[in-house]
Parts: sequence; structure tokens; C-alpha cells
Amino acid sequence: MSEKVLMKGNEAIAEAAIMAGCRHYFGYPITPQTEIAAYMAKRMPKIDGVFLQAESEIAAINMVIGVAATGKRVMTSSSSPGISLKSEGLSYLAGCDLPALVVNVQRGGPGLGGIQPSQSDYWQATKASGHGDFRRIVLAPASVQEMVSLTFKGFDLADKYRMTSMLLADGTIGQMMEPVSLDMGEVTQYDKSWALTGTGRQRKPNIVNSLFLKPEELEQTNFERYDRYAQIEKNEVMYEEYMMDDAEYCVVAFGIASRVSKNVINEARKKGIKVGLIRPITLWPFPKDALLKAADKCKAFVSVELSMGQMIDDIELSIRCKKPVLLCNRVGGMIPTPQDVMNAVEEAVKIGG
Amino acid sequence: MVVFKKPDSLTNAELSFCPGCTHGIITRLVAEAIDELGIQGTTIGVAPVGCSVMAYNFFDVDMAQAAHGRAPAVATGIKRSDPNNIVFTYQGDGDLAAIGTAETVHAAARGENITVIFVNNAIYGMTGGQMAPTSLPGMVTQTSPYGRDTEKVGLPVKVCELLSNVDGATYLERVAVNSVPNINKAKKAIYKAFKNQVEGKGFSLVEVLSTCPTNWGLPPAKALEWLGENMIPYYPLGVYKDKYAGEEAAK
Repeated sequence: MSEKVLMKGNEAIAEAAIMAGCRHYFGYPITPQTEIAAYMAKRMPKIDGVFLQAESEIAAINMVIGVAATGKRVMTSSSSPGISLKSEGLSYLAGCDLPALVVNVQRGGPGLGGIQPSQSDYWQATKASGHGDFRRIVLAPASVQEMVSLTFKGFDLADKYRMTSMLLADGTIGQMMEPVSLDMGEVTQYDKSWALTGTGRQRKPNIVNSLFLKPEELEQTNFERYDRYAQIEKNEVMYEEYMMDDAEYCVVAFGIASRVSKNVINEARKKGIKVGLIRPITLWPFPKDALLKAADKCKAFVSVELSMGQMIDDIELSIRCKKPVLLCNRVGGMIPTPQDVMNAVEEAVKIGG
Repeated sequence: MVVFKKPDSLTNAELSFCPGCTHGIITRLVAEAIDELGIQGTTIGVAPVGCSVMAYNFFDVDMAQAAHGRAPAVATGIKRSDPNNIVFTYQGDGDLAAIGTAETVHAAARGENITVIFVNNAIYGMTGGQMAPTSLPGMVTQTSPYGRDTEKVGLPVKVCELLSNVDGATYLERVAVNSVPNINKAKKAIYKAFKNQVEGKGFSLVEVLSTCPTNWGLPPAKALEWLGENMIPYYPLGVYKDKYAGEEAAK
């Protein structure tokens, strides 16, 4: 076990990115993730890297596109309203098959919303940021340690599949301090012969492009991309099961909501309620199979979310509405209390019988 | 002996521009400058959205295609990734002076060491002739069918004049391609804009007044005349900023 250091969630993301070989960061100030930019501004000049504060979120994501097109690891970070602005660029990253890491430390919305923690960008992250048919790998850390490991993993998956990874954190984990190990092992190198590095007059030009005016060609690019997505759904699903072996009731939660839920599960077990937790770590690909399997033995599900109920859609789809799914939620920067979750679990017991 | 040939930095792809459009001339001038500076192997271009959207097929260099207006930001990323590469954008008036105004102004403000070729034909060509930020007062377009009403939609954006107040910009020149003498001047300006980058001098932009016979509704020769009679008086040609002019004169 390597030595642990005490780090704030947002700073842990930044340091992990540097360890993963990222030497280009572009961003625009927005609460509650500005520590990432501040950390990068300090560190990058010392390691021959580039930190640039862009004129807008839109410019920042397009600078990311520029570096990604040259085959180097690159990232940006923002919070909810800023991610909305980046949506155009996220679509182009997908259309150009470029790897990049985008961090969203979510805050409450819609509109300017607030600056307190939220998970209300679940739909945006997993389904709806940017036009066109495309997917993005979405990683949901529940601890500062996972801020590190999933940042590292996010870069790796982005390179491996030539697509964007999003780290979908929330303001709580971003601001929290915990001891972490920064030992992530070796960085895997992937072929990037497609990158724009200058032809050196030695090869045909490389072109990074998302425009295909012939419908047959555009269709083919979509088909090829979705073949890759199928591989990801098969190979890259990550989730944690907690006390699920004998569970009759299943709580589903990610990020900060999963930490509240775990404590409640421990308390509920003392009361004799056989309840467990499935914590999706990848929100896309979603752990559909694990949930469907749980639906065979669990009587009811509880989705604990810091939103008006977004992940609950994917739970119901995954279990094909076989069992009731209750929603336990707070929004606007509020976090469900242990009592809120306990009440929902007890309600599930009543409904599930 | 070959006295005239296709520049090495152009591919064999057929240009997609309308007959009589001067985009083809400007594309060629850019390729000639790249050839003459011997930078084909290290040049990376950024194509915009608009008539030159398929510029990535015309230049025999590595190319990226950017979202509408974002070329200077994409170019910033490419340049910052490896400052040894020569990075240029090729953008139209809607792209650079409307939807991409912020990216243009801030790339200049940062003194980003890139080359911007700005083609101003006072109209949105690709989408079929709508009013551009640079459409002249009274100009009839698809979206100003009664002529550009400056009371309601304001006056054209003069990019070189605007950027000449941005301290970070190094070199700004407006040229035209409506006559042989003007094409020769345009060539020199484009060459200089690339040479500045090779020498690490910072942000260079050449605004090229260009024709759009199709959407202006004029035969190509008449379009050239119209440019000379209407656009040049509104958009005077010349050098708007040259940070190193004194230094060069002293040599």
C-alpha cells in the first residue's frame, strides 16, 4: 500500500490528471470546481504543461478539441451551466472521434440554479448533451480516492475507445477532504496514428472531421461508432454491490447519495431489514444486468438521487419495470438525510411486502 | 521548364466553390505561401463552417474541421499542443465576425501565434445568401430582402478596424482579390501573415475582400467590379496594424 496524502476532491482530480499524462488544461471559472483550474494554473507551468483560462466555456472545449486532435491527453472542467455551453463541443468531440476528459462538478439547476451539490445533470451527462447520435463514458466518483482512480481510468478509456469520458462528480465530493493514494500504476499508450502532427511530407494528411455530406458515409460513421459503444457496454461496466447477497430490497445510488445510503443500510440491517446497495460507478454504460439480476430476488427498489428523479428511468428500464421503484430525493443543493432514506426503505418494505 | 504549376500544398481535389468565386484564388495564395516558406510538413489548418468548410480536402496538410466560429479556439489548442507547428484558420465573415467574434477577439488579445485568413464577401454563401455581419448598408440578401436596414440591424462590422484596437494583435491587413495588382498585394500579405508565425511574432490576420457571384446575383466579371466599386470604399484596403513594421524598416 502506497503512502496516503490528504487531498480535497477537486485538487485530487487535477493531480490525477497530471499523473495520467495530461499536460493541457483549458477552463473557465465557475463554482464549485474552480480549485481544479487553480491547481492546474499552479502546477502546469512547473511541468512544462499548458494551463489556459479561456474566454468562455465554448472556447475552452474547442481548445480541448484542438489538443485532442493532436493526440495528446487533454481535459477541461466545469459545473452544470458551463457544461451546457460545452455541449456543442461535446458533440463535435464525438463526431470527430477524439479522446478527452471532461469534468462536471454538478450544482443545482436549472438556469443559474445554485452553487450547492446536485446530481441533476444525470440526463445531460448520460443522454442529452449535444446533438446527434452519440454516447459518452460517464464515471461517478463517490470518494476522493475515486476522484483519483476514475480520472485516471477516464483518460485510459477515452484513449482506448477514441471518445470523451466525463467525470460526473458533485459539489460535496469536490469540496471534501480525504486521504488518498496517488499510486495508479503505469499509463497505457494507445496508437494515435490518426493525430494531427504535421505530415512532415512523409505521409498523407490526417483529417479530423465530423462532416460527411453523403448520407451513406455518415450512416457508416454512426454504425462504426455504435459498434465501439457495444464493446464498451460489454466490457467496461463498473458498479459496487454492498450487502446484496441476501438483499430483499435494493437501494440504487451513486456519488454522495450512495454514501448516505450505505449508512442507512447498516442501520436498517440492525432493524432486520434485508436491504443492499447497487452503486453504479459507470452511469454509461449503466449496470443494467446487475439490476435485472437483482430484480429477480428483490421485492422493491429505492433510487436515492439529488435530482427530481433522473436515474430512476434507467433503473426502471433495466429491471423492465418488474418491481416497484421508489424515489428518495432532495434537490436545489439539498442532500437526502439518513432519515429520508430510512423512510424510503421502510416504505419499500411496506409496498414490497 | 515549368513556369506555372499547382502548389505542392494543394491536393488534386476539385474545389467545391461556385464558378467565378474568388475563394479559389485565395485558397491558392495560401498554398503558395506555405510552399514558399517550406512549411508544408509542419502546417496544420483549421477549416470553418461556411463555403470553405471542405478546405480539409483542398490543402495537402493535416487539417481539422471546426464548429461554426470556433476555428481560432481549435487552432489555439493545436498550436499550444506543439508550438513548432504552423497553424492557420481559413474563415468566412459569418464564421469569424458573427458567431465566432469572441473566439476571434480573444485569440488576438492573447497574441496567439497563429495565422487567420478571413474571407469577407459580405454574405453567407453556403446557406444561400443571407445577410452577414459585413453586408453593406442597403445590400439585398435573402434575410434583408428590402436591403440592409441599418436603423433596425445596425452597421457592418469592420474586423481590421476592430482588431487594430486589440493590443495583442501583431499584424492586420485588408486586401482584395478583384484585380491582378490587388491579388499580388494579397499574396504578399498572406505570405507575411505566415512568415510572422514562423518567426514567432504572434497573431496575424489578413482580411481578403472576395466575391460571391452566385448570391450577389452577378456574373463573375460584374461581381469583381461590384467589389471594387462598393466594398473597397466601405472597407478600405491597407495595413491596419504591424507591430514589427519599424523594426523591419530599420533592417
